[in-house]
Parts: sequence; C-alpha cells; structure tokens
Amino acid sequence: MAVPLIQFIEVAKSFGTHRVLKGINLSIYKGEIIAIIGKSGTGKSVLLKHIIGLVQQDSGQILIEGEPLHKLPAQKIQSFQKELSYMFQENALFDFLNIYDNIALPLVENSKFPKAQVKEKVLSRIEQLSLTGTQEKFPAQLSGGMRKRVALARALVTDPKIVLFDEPTTGLDPVRKKTVHSMIQEYQEKFGFTAVIVSHDIPEIFNVAQRIAMIDDGVIRFEGTKKDILDSHSKILNAFVSGEDI
Amino acid sequence: MLIKFIEKIGETVIEILETLGRIVLFFLIGSVNIFVLPFQWGKIIDHTWFVGTKSIFVIALTGLFTGMVLGLQGYYSLVKFGSEAALGSAVALTLIRELGPVFTAIMITARAGSAMTAEIGVMRISEQIDALKTMHINPVRFMFTPRIVAAIISFPLLTALFDVIGILGGYISGSVMLGINRYVYMDTVIKSVELSDINGGFYKALVFSIVVTTICCYRGYYTHLYSGFGAKGVSLSTTNAVVQSCIFVLVFDYIITFFTV
Repeated sequence: MAVPLIQFIEVAKSFGTHRVLKGINLSIYKGEIIAIIGKSGTGKSVLLKHIIGLVQQDSGQILIEGEPLHKLPAQKIQSFQKELSYMFQENALFDFLNIYDNIALPLVENSKFPKAQVKEKVLSRIEQLSLTGTQEKFPAQLSGGMRKRVALARALVTDPKIVLFDEPTTGLDPVRKKTVHSMIQEYQEKFGFTAVIVSHDIPEIFNVAQRIAMIDDGVIRFEGTKKDILDSHSKILNAFVSGEDI
Repeated sequence: MLIKFIEKIGETVIEILETLGRIVLFFLIGSVNIFVLPFQWGKIIDHTWFVGTKSIFVIALTGLFTGMVLGLQGYYSLVKFGSEAALGSAVALTLIRELGPVFTAIMITARAGSAMTAEIGVMRISEQIDALKTMHINPVRFMFTPRIVAAIISFPLLTALFDVIGILGGYISGSVMLGINRYVYMDTVIKSVELSDINGGFYKALVFSIVVTTICCYRGYYTHLYSGFGAKGVSLSTTNAVVQSCIFVLVFDYIITFFTV
C-alpha cells in the first residue's frame, strides 16, 4: 500500500471547553479526490485547516508522506505548504481588490512571474470559469455564485498540487453546482492534484470523489468508496446519507 | 479567598504582558517589513491618499476653529495685562508645541484610524486574513506596513497644515475681529517661534503616527481575541481602538513634553 500523502493519527482539537475533533484517523493519498462529509459543526473545516496550518492540533500527529509534520524542517514545511491551496467556505475575497487583482494576488505577491505571464494565467482562469467581463468589477458587485467561481479561480491560479475545498458549492444553483463539480474533476484529471472536498452535496459528491470519509462526533465513522457506502450497514452513515436524524 | 485574589491579579498581569508582547511583535514585524523588498509603493500611495489627502479638509477646519478660539480666549486674557500684542506668540507656540500635533492625531484617529480598525477587523472575521496566510502572504506586511508608512508621511504634514491654518485662525480672531495690528501679530509669531519648537511638534507627530496606526491596526487584526467574531466584535474593536489611541496620544504627549521641555 502506498504511503499516504497526508495522514491524521488520533488528531484532537478543542476550542475552549468544546472538543471539536476527538481523535481523527484519516489517510489522504496522492492524486485522489476525497470528500469529507458530515453534519454541520462536526469539525470538517477545522480538519482542513489543520492541513494548511491555520489550526494546530492539541494532540495526535499529522504525517506528510510518512513524516510527522512537526518534526519536518521549517523549509520543508514551507515548501509543502506552498503546494497547497485553500478555497474558503465564505470565499474570503478581498473587497478592496477587483476580480482580476483578487485572482492575481497569490501570483503577484509570491511568484516572480513577469506581468505578462501573470495576466495570461489569470485571464485563462477567468475564461475557464465563465467570468469573462468581470475583471474590473469588485466582489460586492457579483452574485454569490460568481463570487464562488472567483474564489475557485484564485485557488487554482497557482497550479497547486493539493487543493482543499471547503464547501465549494454552497449557495450555488444546481446547474452551477454541477459545473463546479465537473470542473474540479476536469482540473484534477488534467493537473493531477490531490483534492480534499468538504461537502454537503449528497449524493452528487459521490460521483466526484473517489473516496468518501464521514466525520461524526469528532471522529471518522466511515472511510471508503461510493460502492462501500451503498453496501454499508452503518446506521449513522445511512441515516446521514438519506437525510434522517438519528 | 486570598489565593483567588492573588490568582486574579496574576491572570491580569499575564494578560497585560501577553497583550504588550503581541503589540510589540506586531509593530516590529510591520516596521521591519518597511525595508523588505519589494517595496509596496502602490499600497503606500493608496493609504497616504486615504490617511493624508482625504484628511486635509477636516484638519484644516479643526485647525481654523482651534486657532480662532485660541485667538479669542488669548485676547481676553492678555488684554487684562495690557499684553494683547503677544497674542500671535501665544497662539503660534500653543499650536506648534502642543495643540497642533495632539489635535491632528486625534482627528486622524477619528477619521482614518477607526476606518483602519474596521477594515482589518472585517478582514479578520470574513477569513480574509486566513486567506492571506494560505497564500503565503504575510498579513502584517500586507496590511500594517503600508499603513504605518502612510501615517509617518501624513501625520507631520497634516500637523504643519493644522499649525499654519490655526495661526491664520488666531489672526482672524485677533486682528480682523478684535483689532490687533496685523503686522504686530505676524511679527510676534515669527519672532517667538524657534526651530526647536517646530522640531518638537514634528517629533510628537511622528510618535503619534506610530502609536495611532499600531493601536488601530492591532485592534482590527486581533478583533477575534478581544471582541469576538461578528459585526458587534468589529464595532467594539473600533471603539476601543479610537479610545485607546486618544489616551495614548495624550500619555505620549506628556512624556515627550516632559523630556524635551
């Protein structure tokens, strides 16, 4: 079995007295699309934020290609984090920058690309995400769906190796949802990045992700393929998938 | 009971030290980044426009009325001793040494400082600061560094403007309205003001620019630590930033005056 790209071992995290993660065990493999499902407030976003370093675990370990993250030299951590990209649930677009500058920001601030190359990359993402004509507008002037696509464009503009999607389709109509899902699939096939998607889109996400993990009460209750879900006898999983409260 | 009391004092002291440590670190990271390439010229110009140019009207208006009030009050005090001829000197020195830098700092805090806290606070609660981190952009360099440079440029210039218009306000009250000879007024201004007075005012303006920008940006940046998330958190941070900036401007004013007089 291949060494997981990212592995959570008994990761726990509390905020004050509230224990959000109680011992997460999860493996994420290189080049796969894995979806994390679960009820709201069960710590799915917190789990993603551990990967990108926005949140540090209280206990447990996160391994990167088999090596504990906290033992890696700073340079290696930095180069790992530079391969990551994060799409926020609420988009986190900058109100004072227009759409072009929002998408170009990670390239302008970090890379040494010449201006022409930045422009080419940004315009290509704008076109691929059907955002043509919005370059000069500001986020507040766009619809919720368009803002989502801008956030997606910004997440993909750096050609990352791992992309973390925090509910990428929340607030989108069914047509746009389908577009975003197909785009994630298409880009993943094209660029071969690893995608971790936190999603509530059931059952649509089962057609996008190669593996699905379900988080409940701070632990992973299920990890497997779409077929495994259909074959599963887990009460919690089946109730969640069919939208029942148990 | 006693142990709990001591524990409470200990907690408070630790909290104060932690806050001080965070402020100092925040300021140091922001200031060191002024000299880190590439320089953020575009952002510095934008913020100088916002902090400096857009404050000109409010500073001019405040300066004018402060000078006019000083002229009026000064005249009626000096006339009792037959020294109304010294009005120009009294108005100019009061403005240049004290009121110019302090009022300018307070007015900029109210106009631009509050906006800094609110803007950065909203960025915090809407995860824009986290987004910067995920893009490997130093948020302190991105948000605080250009603002502090803009403030260092703007505060002394606006203080100078306040002083000049304030002296003109004193002239309107004293000479135009109350009849003091205009040549005498201007002559006492020129003769009484020394370079050390002007420099002292500028030193204060420089210190105030650092104090106000650091407090306002810090409060916005750490909105979630002190005031919680949400619109209420941002409004509370903004209020605290303005109140604390004004208090610290007055405290530093006293300290600088004490050591330079």
